[in-house]
Amino acid sequence: MFDALSELFGSPIIAAFVSAIVPLVFIVPFVIIAVYMERKVAGHMQDRLGPMRVGYHGILQTVADFFKLLQKEDITASSIDKRFFNVAPFLVFAGSYAVYAALPFTSSMLGSKIDIGLFFIVAASGLVVAGILMAGWSSNNKYSLYGALRSAAQIVSYEIPTIIVILSVVMFTRTLSLAEMSEMQTAYFWNWNIFGGAEWNLTKLLITPFMMIAFLIFYISSLAEVNRTPFDMPEAESELVAGYHTEYSGIKFSMFFLAEYANMFAVSAIAVAIFLGGYQSPFGYVGNLIGAEWLVQVEQLFWFISKGMFFVFVQMWLRWTLPRVRVDQLMTICWKYLIPYSFVNLIIIGIITLI
Amino acid sequence: MEMLTEFGKIFVFILVAIIFVAISLFMAKLIRPNRPTKEKLKIYECGEDAIGSPWVKFNIRFYVVALIFLIFDVEVVLLFPWALSYQDYGVYGFLVGIIFLLVLGLGMAYEWRKGDLEWARPKPNIPEIDKVLNNLPSQLEKTKT
Repeated sequence: MFDALSELFGSPIIAAFVSAIVPLVFIVPFVIIAVYMERKVAGHMQDRLGPMRVGYHGILQTVADFFKLLQKEDITASSIDKRFFNVAPFLVFAGSYAVYAALPFTSSMLGSKIDIGLFFIVAASGLVVAGILMAGWSSNNKYSLYGALRSAAQIVSYEIPTIIVILSVVMFTRTLSLAEMSEMQTAYFWNWNIFGGAEWNLTKLLITPFMMIAFLIFYISSLAEVNRTPFDMPEAESELVAGYHTEYSGIKFSMFFLAEYANMFAVSAIAVAIFLGGYQSPFGYVGNLIGAEWLVQVEQLFWFISKGMFFVFVQMWLRWTLPRVRVDQLMTICWKYLIPYSFVNLIIIGIITLI
Repeated sequence: MEMLTEFGKIFVFILVAIIFVAISLFMAKLIRPNRPTKEKLKIYECGEDAIGSPWVKFNIRFYVVALIFLIFDVEVVLLFPWALSYQDYGVYGFLVGIIFLLVLGLGMAYEWRKGDLEWARPKPNIPEIDKVLNNLPSQLEKTKT
């Protein structure tokens, strides 16, 4: 896509800007739909209706909320550290947006073709931690500080099982680029990494159960990384008001919100790209059948977004199913269960790949 | 024609994110009202006046977790190139990584045994009927005499 754009505009710089705006065009409507979906899912799971007043079945509710947030007075308390307070939303959003640079939406719709895609994603998500700590510290509020510290401790702890699982998949696929990884899982759904990759041999048979365990560990720890229930200790409403963004109001608060929802899709998309074929269709392409190249791209975009949306839905589902864990349970789950399991899983996958 | 590396494109991504946030903040600034009062500008701690500095001492565990994380993170960064290339060296290449992992596992076992992975847990204070009865004032007087 980048090459076509630079042909069109005659300058790679403009082309880069245009291709960098594409995920944003996706994120903003996604957040509006996802917030509506979250409230509807919550409502129906608790036997209520959810938002019903604005538009048909409350469809315009989040649009109205957005305009409300835009008009809200921006209250910056007098005792906060203004400099860091204002920088934090930038950092949090930039951190979660940088992840989208390495996400392949389709085989050609990809921000940057770096070879170390997964490594970059892990590194970029560290920016979010810095932003959250900055927000909590500069707020001059006890709840914010506790929320930020909990959040930082949680995100860095759960980063380790995530990285180890990524490592074990990398040992199997031998590439760090998400685009290449998705390309390898082409054709039908039994070629996905969770079912042991595209080659039919003994390795595929042996590795499938361990890939499933890896996927489970990855999904659990990615839930913790985006601070979703049951791991939403940093924003535990009953204990910490709103966690690290207690002091934020109006549009600055909505930037945190936007980053959080962008992150939700990003981790789902990464899980999909690593384990579930990325943008590949599970049943082959209609575009290939009738020989239309552009239709394949559209289908790939459709599959990528619908797989991602499905896992976003699972996140919401879990939120209304599981109770929040205690902070000591949170650390126990990570350090005493997920990390040892993922280590053993890594070693087993390593042995299998050598066979 | 000037070229742009793949990392340059990522830089553009981050720039776009920053510009997007800046534009939204600026747009909101144009629209929103600004009527600060003394009460409004207080920090929000459930409607109470904040007591003392919020920059309090927090649990030492947070530092411990950060330290352990640092060790693991450095190790994982070292493992990435290994994971990509160990198959070129066969069993030998794999064993090198495993020895590294074992040393790390030993360290983890040590931390576990020392209790650094335990988070402070509220200890249940179950009243025992014997103790309560022994501490009753009438009982105390009896033991005195």
